[in-house]
Amino acid sequence: MSALRTIGALTAREMLKFVGDRSRVLGALAQPLALWGLLGLGFQNTFRPPQGTAEASYVAFLFPGILALVLLFTAIFSTISIVEERTSGFLQAVLVAPTPRTALVFGTTLGGTLLATAQALLFLGALPLIDHAPGVAGVGMIVAVCLLTGLAFTALGFAIAWRMETTRGFHAIMNLFLLPLWFLSGALFPVEGAAPVLQVLMWGNPVSYAVSGLRHGFHGFADAPTALAGPGVCLAVTGAFAVLMTGLAVWQVRRPFFQT
Amino acid sequence: MPAPAVNIQKVSHHYGSHQALRDVTFQVTPGTLYGLLGPNGSGKTTLFRILSTLMPPSEGHAQVFGLDTAREPSAVRRRIGTVFQEEALDEALTVRQNLRVQGALYGLHGAERRERAKDLLRRLDVADRATDPVADLSGGLRRRVDLARGLLHRPDLLLLDEPTSGLDPAARRTFWSAVHQLRAEEGTTLLLATHLMDEAERCDRVGILSDGALVANGAPDTLKANLGDETIWLKTDAPISLRDRIEAQFGVSTRIVGATVQVAPAAPPTFLSSLYDALSDHIRSATIRTPTLEDVFMVHAGVSPTDSREHVLAHRDTSDE
Repeated sequence: MSALRTIGALTAREMLKFVGDRSRVLGALAQPLALWGLLGLGFQNTFRPPQGTAEASYVAFLFPGILALVLLFTAIFSTISIVEERTSGFLQAVLVAPTPRTALVFGTTLGGTLLATAQALLFLGALPLIDHAPGVAGVGMIVAVCLLTGLAFTALGFAIAWRMETTRGFHAIMNLFLLPLWFLSGALFPVEGAAPVLQVLMWGNPVSYAVSGLRHGFHGFADAPTALAGPGVCLAVTGAFAVLMTGLAVWQVRRPFFQT
Repeated sequence: MPAPAVNIQKVSHHYGSHQALRDVTFQVTPGTLYGLLGPNGSGKTTLFRILSTLMPPSEGHAQVFGLDTAREPSAVRRRIGTVFQEEALDEALTVRQNLRVQGALYGLHGAERRERAKDLLRRLDVADRATDPVADLSGGLRRRVDLARGLLHRPDLLLLDEPTSGLDPAARRTFWSAVHQLRAEEGTTLLLATHLMDEAERCDRVGILSDGALVANGAPDTLKANLGDETIWLKTDAPISLRDRIEAQFGVSTRIVGATVQVAPAAPPTFLSSLYDALSDHIRSATIRTPTLEDVFMVHAGVSPTDSREHVLAHRDTSDE
Protein backbone atom coordinates (compact mmCIF):
# COMPACT_ATOMS: atom_id res chain seq x y z
CA MET A 1 0.00 0.00 0.00
CA SER A 2 2.76 2.40 0.97
CA ALA A 3 4.59 1.41 -2.22
CA LEU A 4 1.59 2.46 -4.32
CA ARG A 5 1.43 5.78 -2.49
CA THR A 6 5.10 6.33 -3.17
CA ILE A 7 4.63 5.56 -6.86
CA GLY A 8 1.66 7.93 -7.02
CA ALA A 9 3.50 10.73 -5.23
CA LEU A 10 6.64 10.40 -7.35
CA THR A 11 4.65 10.26 -10.59
CA ALA A 12 2.80 13.41 -9.57
CA ARG A 13 6.11 15.05 -8.71
CA GLU A 14 7.46 14.48 -12.22
CA MET A 15 4.34 16.09 -13.68
CA LEU A 16 4.44 19.09 -11.37
CA LYS A 17 8.11 19.65 -12.12
CA PHE A 18 7.58 19.55 -15.85
CA VAL A 19 4.52 21.79 -15.91
CA GLY A 20 6.29 24.28 -13.66
CA ASP A 21 9.08 24.57 -16.20
CA ARG A 22 7.59 26.18 -19.31
CA SER A 23 10.88 26.42 -21.16
CA ARG A 24 11.21 22.66 -20.93
CA VAL A 25 7.75 22.12 -22.45
CA LEU A 26 8.46 24.52 -25.29
CA GLY A 27 12.01 23.38 -25.90
CA ALA A 28 10.96 19.77 -26.15
CA LEU A 29 8.49 20.72 -28.92
CA ALA A 30 10.21 23.51 -30.80
CA GLN A 31 13.41 21.64 -31.62
CA PRO A 32 11.78 18.59 -33.25
CA LEU A 33 9.32 20.85 -35.10
CA ALA A 34 12.22 22.80 -36.59
CA LEU A 35 14.07 19.62 -37.48
CA TRP A 36 10.98 18.22 -39.14
CA GLY A 37 10.40 21.36 -41.18
CA LEU A 38 14.03 21.77 -42.27
CA LEU A 39 14.74 18.15 -43.16
CA GLY A 40 11.28 17.48 -44.54
CA LEU A 41 11.20 20.45 -46.89
CA GLY A 42 14.90 20.13 -47.70
CA PHE A 43 14.62 16.61 -49.03
CA GLN A 44 11.14 17.18 -50.46
CA ASN A 45 12.07 16.65 -54.11
CA THR A 46 15.07 14.31 -53.83
CA PHE A 47 13.49 11.68 -51.58
CA ARG A 48 12.27 8.58 -53.46
CA PRO A 49 9.87 6.38 -51.43
CA PRO A 50 10.36 2.59 -51.71
CA GLN A 51 8.10 1.04 -54.33
CA GLY A 52 4.77 -0.36 -53.26
CA THR A 53 4.52 1.72 -50.09
CA ALA A 54 2.13 4.41 -49.04
CA GLU A 55 4.67 7.17 -48.37
CA ALA A 56 3.46 10.28 -50.14
CA SER A 57 6.20 12.79 -49.36
CA TYR A 58 9.34 13.09 -47.29
CA VAL A 59 7.57 15.40 -44.85
CA ALA A 60 4.98 12.69 -44.24
CA PHE A 61 7.62 9.95 -44.13
CA LEU A 62 9.61 11.88 -41.56
CA PHE A 63 6.71 12.59 -39.22
CA PRO A 64 6.68 9.28 -37.27
CA GLY A 65 10.48 9.49 -36.97
CA ILE A 66 10.29 12.96 -35.44
CA LEU A 67 7.58 11.70 -33.11
CA ALA A 68 10.02 9.01 -31.96
CA LEU A 69 12.70 11.66 -31.42
CA VAL A 70 10.36 13.66 -29.17
CA LEU A 71 9.64 10.51 -27.20
CA LEU A 72 13.25 9.46 -26.80
CA PHE A 73 14.51 12.84 -25.69
CA THR A 74 11.66 13.71 -23.33
CA ALA A 75 11.82 10.25 -21.74
CA ILE A 76 15.58 10.12 -21.26
CA PHE A 77 16.05 13.68 -20.06
CA SER A 78 13.24 13.48 -17.53
CA THR A 79 15.69 11.34 -15.53
CA ILE A 80 18.65 13.73 -15.58
CA SER A 81 17.79 15.23 -12.18
CA ILE A 82 18.41 11.80 -10.61
CA VAL A 83 22.15 12.29 -11.05
CA GLU A 84 22.21 15.15 -8.57
CA GLU A 85 19.31 14.23 -6.35
CA ARG A 86 20.75 10.82 -5.61
CA THR A 87 23.82 11.99 -3.70
CA SER A 88 22.45 15.20 -2.25
CA GLY A 89 18.94 16.28 -1.92
CA PHE A 90 15.54 14.90 -2.63
CA LEU A 91 16.29 11.27 -3.38
CA GLN A 92 18.24 10.86 -0.13
CA ALA A 93 14.95 11.23 1.70
CA VAL A 94 13.41 8.50 -0.47
CA LEU A 95 16.34 6.16 0.15
CA VAL A 96 16.16 6.39 3.94
CA ALA A 97 12.37 6.01 4.00
CA PRO A 98 10.76 2.60 4.63
CA THR A 99 9.41 2.46 1.10
CA PRO A 100 10.78 -0.15 -1.36
CA ARG A 101 13.36 1.14 -3.80
CA THR A 102 11.46 -0.56 -6.60
CA ALA A 103 8.68 1.95 -5.93
CA LEU A 104 11.18 4.71 -6.62
CA VAL A 105 11.89 3.19 -10.04
CA PHE A 106 8.25 2.74 -10.94
CA GLY A 107 7.18 6.17 -9.69
CA THR A 108 9.92 8.01 -11.54
CA THR A 109 9.68 6.04 -14.79
CA LEU A 110 5.89 6.21 -14.84
CA GLY A 111 6.06 9.99 -14.47
CA GLY A 112 8.61 10.27 -17.27
CA THR A 113 6.60 7.91 -19.48
CA LEU A 114 3.42 9.91 -19.13
CA LEU A 115 5.30 13.13 -19.81
CA ALA A 116 6.94 11.74 -22.94
CA THR A 117 3.62 10.39 -24.21
CA ALA A 118 1.81 13.66 -23.53
CA GLN A 119 4.55 15.55 -25.32
CA ALA A 120 4.38 13.21 -28.34
CA LEU A 121 0.60 13.52 -28.50
CA LEU A 122 0.92 17.31 -28.46
CA PHE A 123 3.15 16.91 -31.49
CA LEU A 124 0.31 15.08 -33.26
CA GLY A 125 -1.36 18.49 -33.31
CA ALA A 126 0.91 19.26 -36.27
CA LEU A 127 -0.78 16.57 -38.40
CA PRO A 128 -3.30 18.91 -40.07
CA LEU A 129 -0.31 20.80 -41.52
CA ILE A 130 0.31 17.87 -43.84
CA ASP A 131 -3.39 17.17 -44.22
CA HIS A 132 -3.25 13.74 -42.65
CA ALA A 133 -5.57 11.91 -40.24
CA PRO A 134 -4.57 8.54 -38.73
CA GLY A 135 -8.05 7.66 -37.44
CA VAL A 136 -9.02 6.41 -34.00
CA ALA A 137 -7.35 2.98 -34.30
CA GLY A 138 -4.21 4.66 -35.61
CA VAL A 139 -4.05 7.08 -32.69
CA GLY A 140 -4.61 4.14 -30.35
CA MET A 141 -1.61 2.38 -31.86
CA ILE A 142 0.50 5.54 -31.59
CA VAL A 143 -0.43 5.96 -27.91
CA ALA A 144 0.46 2.32 -27.19
CA VAL A 145 3.86 2.64 -28.88
CA CYS A 146 4.50 5.95 -27.11
CA LEU A 147 3.77 4.47 -23.66
CA LEU A 148 6.02 1.45 -24.21
CA THR A 149 8.87 3.41 -25.79
CA GLY A 150 8.58 6.13 -23.13
CA LEU A 151 8.80 3.52 -20.39
CA ALA A 152 11.79 1.81 -22.00
CA PHE A 153 13.79 5.02 -22.32
CA THR A 154 12.88 6.52 -18.95
CA ALA A 155 13.98 3.25 -17.38
CA LEU A 156 17.20 3.28 -19.41
CA GLY A 157 17.82 6.89 -18.39
CA PHE A 158 17.15 5.96 -14.77
CA ALA A 159 19.61 3.07 -14.86
CA ILE A 160 22.34 5.25 -16.35
CA ALA A 161 21.64 8.29 -14.15
CA TRP A 162 21.85 6.10 -11.04
CA ARG A 163 25.47 5.30 -11.80
CA MET A 164 26.56 8.75 -13.02
CA GLU A 165 28.55 11.20 -10.93
CA THR A 166 27.82 14.33 -12.98
CA THR A 167 25.12 15.57 -15.31
CA ARG A 168 27.84 16.26 -17.86
CA GLY A 169 28.68 12.58 -17.92
CA PHE A 170 25.01 11.78 -18.32
CA HIS A 171 24.76 14.07 -21.36
CA ALA A 172 27.83 12.48 -22.91
CA ILE A 173 26.56 8.91 -22.48
CA MET A 174 23.11 9.85 -23.71
CA ASN A 175 24.36 11.43 -26.89
CA LEU A 176 26.44 8.34 -27.48
CA PHE A 177 23.33 6.14 -27.23
CA LEU A 178 20.45 8.22 -28.35
CA LEU A 179 21.38 9.70 -31.71
CA PRO A 180 22.77 6.48 -33.28
CA LEU A 181 19.71 4.59 -32.06
CA TRP A 182 17.50 7.18 -33.68
CA PHE A 183 19.49 7.45 -36.94
CA LEU A 184 19.38 3.68 -37.34
CA SER A 185 15.69 3.30 -36.58
CA GLY A 186 14.28 3.97 -40.02
CA ALA A 187 13.21 7.41 -38.85
CA LEU A 188 15.25 9.30 -41.47
CA PHE A 189 15.50 6.78 -44.28
CA PRO A 190 13.72 3.51 -45.07
CA VAL A 191 15.52 0.25 -44.36
CA GLU A 192 15.02 -1.00 -47.94
CA GLY A 193 17.27 1.65 -49.47
CA ALA A 194 20.09 1.45 -46.93
CA ALA A 195 23.46 -0.29 -47.34
CA PRO A 196 23.42 -3.95 -46.19
CA VAL A 197 25.53 -3.29 -43.09
CA LEU A 198 23.13 -0.57 -41.96
CA GLN A 199 20.19 -2.85 -42.65
CA VAL A 200 21.57 -5.39 -40.18
CA LEU A 201 22.03 -2.71 -37.54
CA MET A 202 18.51 -1.43 -38.17
CA TRP A 203 17.02 -4.89 -37.79
CA GLY A 204 18.80 -5.25 -34.45
CA ASN A 205 17.81 -1.82 -33.14
CA PRO A 206 14.79 -1.91 -30.80
CA VAL A 207 13.91 1.68 -31.72
CA SER A 208 13.32 0.55 -35.33
CA TYR A 209 10.27 -1.39 -34.13
CA ALA A 210 8.96 1.61 -32.25
CA VAL A 211 9.29 3.77 -35.37
CA SER A 212 7.68 1.06 -37.50
CA GLY A 213 4.87 0.79 -34.97
CA LEU A 214 4.36 4.55 -35.16
CA ARG A 215 4.22 4.27 -38.96
CA HIS A 216 1.47 1.66 -38.72
CA GLY A 217 -0.47 3.98 -36.46
CA PHE A 218 0.26 6.99 -38.66
CA HIS A 219 -1.32 5.22 -41.63
CA GLY A 220 -4.18 3.91 -39.53
CA PHE A 221 -3.35 0.32 -40.60
CA ALA A 222 -4.96 1.21 -43.94
CA ASP A 223 -1.98 1.35 -46.30
CA ALA A 224 1.29 -0.54 -46.25
CA PRO A 225 3.96 1.75 -44.76
CA THR A 226 7.72 1.23 -44.89
CA ALA A 227 7.87 -0.87 -41.78
CA LEU A 228 10.23 -3.56 -40.53
CA ALA A 229 7.44 -5.81 -39.32
CA GLY A 230 3.71 -6.02 -38.73
CA PRO A 231 2.03 -4.01 -35.95
CA GLY A 232 1.90 -6.99 -33.59
CA VAL A 233 5.61 -7.70 -33.83
CA CYS A 234 6.40 -4.00 -33.41
CA LEU A 235 4.36 -3.80 -30.20
CA ALA A 236 5.83 -7.06 -28.89
CA VAL A 237 9.45 -6.04 -29.48
CA THR A 238 8.88 -2.56 -28.02
CA GLY A 239 7.11 -4.06 -25.01
CA ALA A 240 9.86 -6.61 -24.42
CA PHE A 241 12.46 -3.83 -24.60
CA ALA A 242 10.50 -1.82 -22.03
CA VAL A 243 10.36 -4.79 -19.66
CA LEU A 244 14.08 -5.39 -20.08
CA MET A 245 14.99 -1.75 -19.39
CA THR A 246 12.71 -1.60 -16.34
CA GLY A 247 14.43 -4.72 -15.07
CA LEU A 248 17.78 -3.05 -15.58
CA ALA A 249 16.68 0.01 -13.60
CA VAL A 250 15.31 -2.12 -10.75
CA TRP A 251 18.53 -4.13 -10.64
CA GLN A 252 20.60 -0.93 -10.50
CA VAL A 253 18.60 0.65 -7.70
CA ARG A 254 18.82 -2.46 -5.54
CA ARG A 255 22.59 -2.57 -5.65
CA PRO A 256 24.38 -1.05 -2.64
CA PHE A 257 24.35 2.69 -2.78
CA PHE A 258 27.86 3.54 -1.66
CA GLN A 259 30.99 1.70 -2.58
CA THR A 260 32.25 -0.43 0.25
CA MET B 1 16.23 -1.15 30.83
CA PRO B 2 15.07 0.01 27.40
CA ALA B 3 17.34 -0.45 24.38
CA PRO B 4 19.60 2.54 23.71
CA ALA B 5 18.40 4.83 20.92
CA VAL B 6 21.73 4.28 19.20
CA ASN B 7 24.14 1.48 19.94
CA ILE B 8 27.37 1.46 17.98
CA GLN B 9 29.49 -1.59 18.73
CA LYS B 10 33.04 -1.88 17.41
CA VAL B 11 32.14 -0.34 14.08
CA SER B 12 34.90 -0.03 11.50
CA HIS B 13 34.43 0.99 7.92
CA HIS B 14 36.70 1.35 4.95
CA TYR B 15 36.22 2.63 1.41
CA GLY B 16 38.71 0.60 -0.56
CA SER B 17 41.97 1.09 1.30
CA HIS B 18 40.83 4.23 3.12
CA GLN B 19 39.85 3.59 6.73
CA ALA B 20 36.92 5.91 7.49
CA LEU B 21 35.94 4.52 10.92
CA ARG B 22 38.12 2.65 13.41
CA ASP B 23 36.55 0.48 16.07
CA VAL B 24 33.96 3.04 17.18
CA THR B 25 31.78 2.14 20.20
CA PHE B 26 29.24 4.37 21.93
CA GLN B 27 25.60 4.56 22.98
CA VAL B 28 22.95 7.23 22.98
CA THR B 29 20.30 7.22 25.71
CA PRO B 30 16.72 7.74 24.47
CA GLY B 31 15.52 11.34 24.76
CA THR B 32 18.99 12.89 24.86
CA LEU B 33 20.93 15.08 22.46
CA TYR B 34 24.23 13.48 21.52
CA GLY B 35 26.81 15.41 19.55
CA LEU B 36 29.48 13.89 17.36
CA LEU B 37 32.21 16.47 17.11
CA GLY B 38 34.87 16.24 14.46
CA PRO B 39 36.44 18.03 11.52
CA ASN B 40 35.42 17.25 7.96
CA GLY B 41 36.70 13.85 6.99
CA SER B 42 36.71 12.49 10.54
CA GLY B 43 34.08 9.86 9.77
CA LYS B 44 30.85 11.56 10.88
CA THR B 45 29.13 11.24 7.53
CA THR B 46 30.19 7.60 7.19
CA LEU B 47 28.67 6.85 10.58
CA PHE B 48 25.47 8.59 9.51
CA ARG B 49 25.28 6.59 6.30
CA ILE B 50 25.54 3.41 8.35
CA LEU B 51 22.91 4.56 10.86
CA SER B 52 20.51 5.65 8.13
CA THR B 53 20.83 2.16 6.53
CA LEU B 54 22.38 3.49 3.32
CA MET B 55 25.24 1.05 3.74
CA PRO B 56 26.30 -1.71 6.16
CA PRO B 57 29.50 -1.23 8.19
CA SER B 58 32.57 -3.21 7.11
CA GLU B 59 32.85 -4.56 10.67
CA GLY B 60 30.84 -4.32 13.86
CA HIS B 61 27.17 -3.60 14.53
CA ALA B 62 25.02 -0.51 14.55
CA GLN B 63 21.64 -0.66 16.24
CA VAL B 64 18.77 1.79 16.49
CA PHE B 65 16.41 1.03 19.38
CA GLY B 66 17.77 -2.52 19.36
CA LEU B 67 17.24 -2.99 15.61
CA ASP B 68 20.26 -3.84 13.50
CA THR B 69 20.76 -1.35 10.66
CA ALA B 70 22.24 -3.96 8.33
CA ARG B 71 19.79 -6.81 8.99
CA GLU B 72 16.55 -4.94 9.68
CA PRO B 73 16.86 -1.79 7.55
CA SER B 74 13.15 -1.25 6.94
CA ALA B 75 12.33 -1.50 10.66
CA VAL B 76 15.12 1.00 11.37
CA ARG B 77 13.89 3.35 8.63
CA ARG B 78 10.50 3.58 10.30
CA ARG B 79 12.09 4.85 13.51
CA ILE B 80 14.53 7.42 12.11
CA GLY B 81 14.29 10.82 10.48
CA THR B 82 17.17 12.55 8.74
CA VAL B 83 18.28 16.09 8.08
CA PHE B 84 21.41 16.00 5.94
CA GLN B 85 23.89 18.70 5.01
CA GLU B 86 21.88 19.54 1.93
CA GLU B 87 18.11 19.80 2.05
CA ALA B 88 16.28 16.77 0.73
CA LEU B 89 13.70 18.99 -0.94
CA ASP B 90 12.59 19.32 -4.53
CA GLU B 91 13.18 22.96 -5.42
CA ALA B 92 10.59 22.97 -8.18
CA LEU B 93 7.83 21.93 -5.79
CA THR B 94 6.13 24.05 -3.15
CA VAL B 95 6.70 23.48 0.55
CA ARG B 96 3.35 21.74 0.87
CA GLN B 97 3.93 19.52 -2.19
CA ASN B 98 7.29 18.45 -0.78
CA LEU B 99 5.71 17.46 2.50
CA ARG B 100 2.99 15.56 0.63
CA VAL B 101 5.61 13.44 -1.16
CA GLN B 102 7.44 12.89 2.11
CA GLY B 103 4.20 11.76 3.76
CA ALA B 104 3.59 9.26 0.96
CA LEU B 105 6.99 7.69 1.59
CA TYR B 106 5.89 6.86 5.14
CA GLY B 107 2.31 5.93 4.28
CA LEU B 108 0.94 9.14 5.79
CA HIS B 109 -2.02 10.56 3.96
CA GLY B 110 -5.26 12.49 4.14
CA ALA B 111 -6.24 14.63 7.09
CA GLU B 112 -3.61 13.10 9.36
CA ARG B 113 -0.77 14.17 7.09
CA ARG B 114 -2.26 17.59 6.44
CA GLU B 115 -2.72 18.29 10.15
CA ARG B 116 0.80 17.15 10.99
CA ALA B 117 2.34 19.22 8.19
CA LYS B 118 0.34 22.29 9.13
CA ASP B 119 1.26 21.93 12.78
CA LEU B 120 4.99 21.52 12.05
CA LEU B 121 5.10 24.45 9.64
CA ARG B 122 3.33 26.63 12.20
CA ARG B 123 5.70 25.65 14.99
CA LEU B 124 8.72 26.17 12.74
CA ASP B 125 7.35 29.54 11.72
CA VAL B 126 7.16 28.85 7.97
CA ALA B 127 3.38 28.36 7.68
CA ASP B 128 2.97 31.51 5.60
CA ARG B 129 5.29 30.11 2.91
CA ALA B 130 3.50 26.76 2.49
CA THR B 131 2.43 27.45 -1.08
CA ASP B 132 5.74 28.93 -2.26
CA PRO B 133 8.18 26.91 -4.35
CA VAL B 134 11.18 25.84 -2.28
CA ALA B 135 13.45 27.59 -4.82
CA ASP B 136 12.04 30.94 -3.61
CA LEU B 137 12.97 30.37 0.05
CA SER B 138 16.07 31.66 1.86
CA GLY B 139 18.64 29.21 3.22
CA GLY B 140 17.35 29.45 6.78
CA LEU B 141 13.74 28.87 5.76
CA ARG B 142 14.72 25.86 3.65
CA ARG B 143 16.47 24.29 6.60
CA ARG B 144 13.36 24.69 8.71
CA VAL B 145 11.22 23.18 5.96
CA ASP B 146 13.72 20.33 5.73
CA LEU B 147 13.46 19.87 9.49
CA ALA B 148 9.67 19.67 9.11
CA ARG B 149 10.22 17.06 6.40
CA GLY B 150 12.49 15.02 8.67
CA LEU B 151 10.01 15.17 11.56
CA LEU B 152 6.80 14.64 9.58
CA HIS B 153 6.48 10.94 10.43
CA ARG B 154 7.31 11.48 14.13
CA PRO B 155 10.65 9.66 14.17
CA ASP B 156 11.99 8.46 17.51
CA LEU B 157 15.53 9.29 16.45
CA LEU B 158 16.48 12.29 14.34
CA LEU B 159 19.87 12.28 12.63
CA LEU B 160 21.18 15.79 12.04
CA ASP B 161 24.28 15.91 9.83
CA GLU B 162 25.72 19.43 10.09
CA PRO B 163 22.20 20.83 9.78
CA THR B 164 23.25 24.48 10.09
CA SER B 165 26.15 24.50 7.64
CA GLY B 166 25.99 27.53 5.39
CA LEU B 167 23.56 29.41 7.66
CA ASP B 168 24.26 32.80 9.17
CA PRO B 169 24.30 33.10 12.99
CA ALA B 170 20.75 34.42 13.22
CA ALA B 171 19.33 31.60 11.07
CA ARG B 172 21.40 29.14 13.09
CA ARG B 173 19.89 30.40 16.35
CA THR B 174 16.37 30.21 14.96
CA PHE B 175 17.00 26.68 13.73
CA TRP B 176 18.25 25.53 17.12
CA SER B 177 15.47 27.13 19.12
CA ALA B 178 13.02 25.32 16.83
CA VAL B 179 14.85 22.02 17.38
CA HIS B 180 14.87 22.43 21.16
CA GLN B 181 11.20 23.34 21.26
CA LEU B 182 10.22 20.32 19.18
CA ARG B 183 12.45 18.08 21.21
CA ALA B 184 10.79 19.21 24.43
CA GLU B 185 7.35 18.56 22.96
CA GLU B 186 8.00 15.23 21.22
CA GLY B 187 10.84 13.66 23.18
CA THR B 188 12.78 12.87 20.04
CA THR B 189 16.31 11.55 20.51
CA LEU B 190 18.81 13.62 18.54
CA LEU B 191 22.14 12.60 17.11
CA LEU B 192 24.01 15.61 15.80
CA ALA B 193 27.16 15.66 13.70
CA THR B 194 28.93 19.00 13.88
CA HIS B 195 32.28 20.73 13.81
CA LEU B 196 30.96 23.76 15.67
CA MET B 197 31.89 24.10 19.33
CA ASP B 198 28.86 26.12 20.35
CA GLU B 199 26.58 23.43 18.91
CA ALA B 200 28.50 20.71 20.72
CA GLU B 201 28.20 22.67 23.99
CA ARG B 202 24.41 22.33 23.87
CA CYS B 203 24.58 18.54 23.77
CA ASP B 204 23.92 16.28 26.74
CA ARG B 205 26.88 14.18 25.69
CA VAL B 206 29.63 14.66 23.18
CA GLY B 207 31.76 12.15 21.31
CA ILE B 208 34.92 13.40 19.64
CA LEU B 209 35.78 11.75 16.34
CA SER B 210 39.29 12.12 15.02
CA ASP B 211 40.50 10.28 11.95
CA GLY B 212 37.71 7.74 12.25
CA ALA B 213 38.32 6.94 15.93
CA LEU B 214 36.22 8.01 18.91
CA VAL B 215 38.84 9.63 21.13
CA ALA B 216 36.59 11.05 23.86
CA ASN B 217 33.02 10.52 24.99
CA GLY B 218 31.17 12.21 27.83
CA ALA B 219 29.17 15.22 29.02
CA PRO B 220 30.80 18.50 27.88
CA ASP B 221 31.32 19.65 31.48
CA THR B 222 32.90 16.35 32.49
CA LEU B 223 35.24 16.40 29.53
CA LYS B 224 36.30 19.94 30.34
CA ALA B 225 36.72 19.21 34.06
CA ASN B 226 38.97 16.26 33.20
CA LEU B 227 41.51 18.70 31.78
CA GLY B 228 41.85 20.39 35.16
CA ASP B 229 40.58 23.67 36.52
CA GLU B 230 42.61 26.63 35.29
CA THR B 231 45.51 25.87 33.02
CA ILE B 232 48.12 27.91 31.20
CA TRP B 233 48.25 27.84 27.41
CA LEU B 234 51.52 29.00 25.84
CA LYS B 235 51.84 29.76 22.14
CA THR B 236 55.34 29.22 20.85
CA ASP B 237 57.40 28.66 17.71
CA ALA B 238 59.21 25.64 19.17
CA PRO B 239 56.82 23.66 21.38
CA ILE B 240 59.16 20.72 21.99
CA SER B 241 62.09 22.76 23.25
CA LEU B 242 59.76 24.90 25.40
CA ARG B 243 58.26 21.78 26.93
CA ASP B 244 61.70 20.37 27.69
CA ARG B 245 62.82 23.61 29.30
CA ILE B 246 59.70 23.90 31.47
CA GLU B 247 59.94 20.32 32.60
CA ALA B 248 63.67 20.67 33.36
CA GLN B 249 63.42 24.01 35.20
CA PHE B 250 60.07 23.68 36.99
CA GLY B 251 59.37 19.98 37.12
CA VAL B 252 55.65 20.28 36.18
CA SER B 253 53.92 18.15 33.57
CA THR B 254 53.12 19.73 30.24
CA ARG B 255 51.30 18.73 27.09
CA ILE B 256 51.89 19.78 23.49
CA VAL B 257 48.80 20.52 21.43
CA GLY B 258 49.68 21.74 17.95
CA ALA B 259 51.74 24.92 18.39
CA THR B 260 50.59 25.30 21.98
CA VAL B 261 52.03 23.99 25.22
CA GLN B 262 49.55 23.36 28.02
CA VAL B 263 50.82 23.59 31.60
CA ALA B 264 48.71 22.58 34.60
CA PRO B 265 50.50 23.82 37.75
CA ALA B 266 48.97 24.18 41.22
CA ALA B 267 48.73 28.02 41.20
CA PRO B 268 48.63 29.19 37.60
CA PRO B 269 48.95 33.01 38.07
CA THR B 270 52.09 32.94 40.22
CA PHE B 271 53.51 30.11 38.12
CA LEU B 272 52.99 32.10 34.95
CA SER B 273 54.91 35.12 36.23
CA SER B 274 57.93 33.04 37.20
CA LEU B 275 57.65 31.15 33.92
CA TYR B 276 57.62 34.42 32.03
CA ASP B 277 60.68 35.72 33.89
CA ALA B 278 62.62 32.61 32.96
CA LEU B 279 61.49 31.82 29.42
CA SER B 280 59.91 34.92 27.91
CA ASP B 281 62.12 34.61 24.81
CA HIS B 282 60.47 31.34 23.93
CA ILE B 283 56.86 32.35 24.48
CA ARG B 284 54.81 34.27 21.94
CA SER B 285 51.71 34.58 24.09
CA ALA B 286 50.28 33.10 27.25
CA THR B 287 46.71 32.61 28.46
CA ILE B 288 45.21 31.35 31.70
CA ARG B 289 41.73 29.95 31.31
CA THR B 290 39.39 27.17 32.28
CA PRO B 291 39.35 24.52 29.56
CA THR B 292 36.84 24.95 26.74
CA LEU B 293 35.42 22.21 24.59
CA GLU B 294 37.83 23.34 21.92
CA ASP B 295 40.71 22.60 24.33
CA VAL B 296 39.18 19.19 24.98
CA PHE B 297 39.08 18.61 21.27
CA MET B 298 42.65 19.77 20.74
CA VAL B 299 43.94 17.61 23.56
CA HIS B 300 42.18 14.46 22.38
CA ALA B 301 42.37 14.87 18.65
CA GLY B 302 45.74 16.62 18.48
CA VAL B 303 44.41 19.10 15.95
CA SER B 304 42.09 22.06 15.92
CA PRO B 305 38.48 21.14 15.10
CA THR B 306 38.44 23.66 12.29
CA ASP B 307 41.29 21.92 10.48
CA SER B 308 39.86 20.21 7.47
CA ARG B 309 41.10 16.95 6.09
CA GLU B 310 38.63 17.11 3.27
CA HIS B 311 41.24 17.48 0.53
CA VAL B 312 42.95 14.28 1.64
CA LEU B 313 39.64 12.44 1.67
CA ALA B 314 38.52 13.76 -1.68
CA HIS B 315 41.77 12.63 -3.19
CA ARG B 316 41.43 9.15 -1.74
CA ASP B 317 37.82 8.86 -2.82
CA THR B 318 38.61 9.46 -6.45
CA SER B 319 41.48 7.00 -6.46
CA ASP B 320 39.16 4.31 -5.09
CA GLU B 321 36.65 4.53 -7.88
